[in-house]
Amino acid sequence: MARGIKDKVAIIGMGCSKFGERWDCGSEQLLTEAFTEALADSGLEKKRIEAAWFGSCLDRINVGNSAIPLSTALRLEGIPVSRVENMCATGTEALRGAAYAVAAGAVDIALAIGVEKLKDTGYGGLPAATKGTLNDLWMPYGSAPAGFAQLAAGYRAKYNVSKEDLKKAIARVSWKSHQNGAKNEKAHLRKAVSMETIMNAPMIAEPLGVFDCCGVSDGAACAIVTTPEIARSLGKKDLITIKAIQLSASAGREQGTNQWDGSYVQNTRTAARAAYREAGIKHPREELSAIEVHDCFSITELVTMEDLGVSDDGRAWKDVMDGVFDADGELPCQIDGGLKCFGHPIGASGLRMVYEHYLQLQGRAGQRQLKDPQLGLSHNLGGVPYNGVCAISIVGLEGR
Amino acid sequence: MQIGIKSFGAYLPARRMSRAAIADAHAWAFPSLKSLGKGEKTLCGWDEDVITMAVEAGRDCLRGMERSTISAFDLASTTAPFADLQNAVLAGYALRLPAGAKYTDFGGSTRAGLSALVRACDGGDRGDRLVVAADKRNAKPASIQEFLYGAGAGALLVGEGSNLLAVFLGSDGISVPFIDHFRSAGEKFDYSWEERWVRDEGIAKIVPKTVTALLTRLGIGSERVRHFGLAGGPVGSDKLVAKGLSIAPEHILPDLQGQVGDTGAAQPTLLLIEALERASAGDVIVIASFSQGCEVVAFEMGEPPGASSRRGLAGSLANRIAETSYLKMLSFEGHIDLDWGMRAENDQKTALTQFYRSADQILGFVGGRCGKCEAVQFPRMPACVNCGAVDAQSPYPLADEPAKVATSTADWLQYSLSPPFYVGLVQFDVGARILMEIVDVGPGGVDVGTPLAMCLRIKERDRLRHFDRYFWKAVPIR
Repeated sequence: MARGIKDKVAIIGMGCSKFGERWDCGSEQLLTEAFTEALADSGLEKKRIEAAWFGSCLDRINVGNSAIPLSTALRLEGIPVSRVENMCATGTEALRGAAYAVAAGAVDIALAIGVEKLKDTGYGGLPAATKGTLNDLWMPYGSAPAGFAQLAAGYRAKYNVSKEDLKKAIARVSWKSHQNGAKNEKAHLRKAVSMETIMNAPMIAEPLGVFDCCGVSDGAACAIVTTPEIARSLGKKDLITIKAIQLSASAGREQGTNQWDGSYVQNTRTAARAAYREAGIKHPREELSAIEVHDCFSITELVTMEDLGVSDDGRAWKDVMDGVFDADGELPCQIDGGLKCFGHPIGASGLRMVYEHYLQLQGRAGQRQLKDPQLGLSHNLGGVPYNGVCAISIVGLEGR
Repeated sequence: MQIGIKSFGAYLPARRMSRAAIADAHAWAFPSLKSLGKGEKTLCGWDEDVITMAVEAGRDCLRGMERSTISAFDLASTTAPFADLQNAVLAGYALRLPAGAKYTDFGGSTRAGLSALVRACDGGDRGDRLVVAADKRNAKPASIQEFLYGAGAGALLVGEGSNLLAVFLGSDGISVPFIDHFRSAGEKFDYSWEERWVRDEGIAKIVPKTVTALLTRLGIGSERVRHFGLAGGPVGSDKLVAKGLSIAPEHILPDLQGQVGDTGAAQPTLLLIEALERASAGDVIVIASFSQGCEVVAFEMGEPPGASSRRGLAGSLANRIAETSYLKMLSFEGHIDLDWGMRAENDQKTALTQFYRSADQILGFVGGRCGKCEAVQFPRMPACVNCGAVDAQSPYPLADEPAKVATSTADWLQYSLSPPFYVGLVQFDVGARILMEIVDVGPGGVDVGTPLAMCLRIKERDRLRHFDRYFWKAVPIR
């Protein structure tokens, strides 16, 4: 079995734009905003960057295809730049490309950056995209909430949870994230919201109301990576290293056979197992200090707790109600506010999550700062629960 | 060897529009229309048309029957969606009929339904002939026709044999330029002349003459006619003609006007099916269709159909969702263009190359069954979804397989012409699982485990090129 990249890659600079309805700027400015912060954080000159991986998902409303929009926006002269796209896992894919290049010794210093400009569609939510000429002929175009709302039906049926109890638990998921997001100046939505408001919000896709859905926003996030040795030669101390990056993509089994009951996301389970193995984690609930998960919808976060193995199967709704994942709980989840408060500029989200861990591990998270964090997990879910992609990255203090 | 009807099937859209609701909507300008506000009429969902209804009627007719013996398929309609693209080929492919059969579109007049049946009964085909008549009649808002016109489809399997449901006795026809209504090429709506003239100068003179000619030639006295139906013309025309022919009122078939409306080319077929569902052995059935003259057929009932899973006309009438929203009716029929928002702007261009490559999957709903692990699946990809075996699958039709809801949701965000957009994973008993749209949900809703039937529908409208995509959707079994 492969040895993986644990502690072979250090993050020496990160940046994150303000997320939100950025009517004032386009993707180029968002990229520049995140990159400028990351470059300053790294203390490097731009010319030290030897290769870049650029994540953007929706080419029609963003910057178009290829690497050129990034190399042009940041004026990256003469270095290899690759554009990656893997739906909502796009940001983590960019990090994966840069980290693998460094771990392989192909380059010394690499850039991972992701951006999405969702507010140029003219309406709320994600735009419908073609699924290819064959799928377009038969696959129904449900909205993103419709895809994830089906987890609720599967979960209720499997664990015999009443509609009322599950609605309350998923509302509690959103309530907690809003509490956290209110303390983050880079978040899009910065207001605490009452349980009552969340529970009574207009329905989007049963049982998901408006407050069960994450925001839709513009944003960019960026990481500069190198080897621990080079990082030390640059004078960096208390290194933050990558412990694992794993990915899992559906092969059609959940959507095409009767082997999935609708109550969990197999890709998360597969990617999490591989990531824990790579990072040497045996007991995730005890060993992880914080988790940033793909709370595109509240029900997604709830089942993700079980898929990541931090709640027992059928118990997540109770753990949520018991405050296990609150800021002062046993395992804080979405300490930065999550997708719920940041929104989900697709290409940026995975890197935005790592950015929060990076700040927490360096003790730079301000009023959100957790006590003595060691390891942070980020989780992205692209597509729908029964047909999608999951990316998981784990970062932590070197030697941890 | 006798020729006649071997099987039949019907389809009516489940939605029934209240005529009182139509009258109420027009009361501000046309209070006199209140007199037409009685009963209800069938209303197609936005995703139903002549092809989808024809396929449903055809499936009902062919339920459990061998399809390889079918040598011809005729689709009769005045409102088929394509002007140059044989509608029968699309419907026939969805019905998985033999590609070597003769496919013909009949049209040009509401008489086409009965004309197609007569041709099938007269024709020299050796195999079985499937004749489907379907119409989705479009009427201008506030016209009388808006109250009268309905939608539906009837299917008849014609063939030779000794064990026929009904034996074809003969047919007759008169063709004259009597124009009770017309629709010029490219126009949306019919133009109709005064009912009194149609009734007195048209129906009353032309129909009895045609029927009498046939009965005389067949040597059958009108007193032997046990089931008489007349399609076309104003409501009540059947009674007028029956009186003139001395056919007793109790032998007039219910005219379907109160529940369905006038379904154009499908009406004579539905009347004949109505007769087949109630006749006793030996009963004489006479069905006439009035349009630029008259066409009439006579059958003698053989052995009435035994118990089966056939929906038929009676089952179609019973499958009902009440509708009272006039604005919804206008929207479904394309008479008003609501602002569906920017989500509705997506281009729905179909790659005709891909459509042809995957036509059996898309139109026929034929998935695959892996020869190695036996997993039934859709779509049929090169590698098996379960065991990964490559090129190991044989075609496996899914349209008639039992299925139920595995997961579902009602989506209020996604653009749909009939919100909410119900979508979910459909679990077939044979193992296949498919993400599908669920339609005609009704007030009962759907939940995990709700049993589902499959139906061909329009999946998306292409508003630029007008090549609508067809695919199968799931309907809760009520």
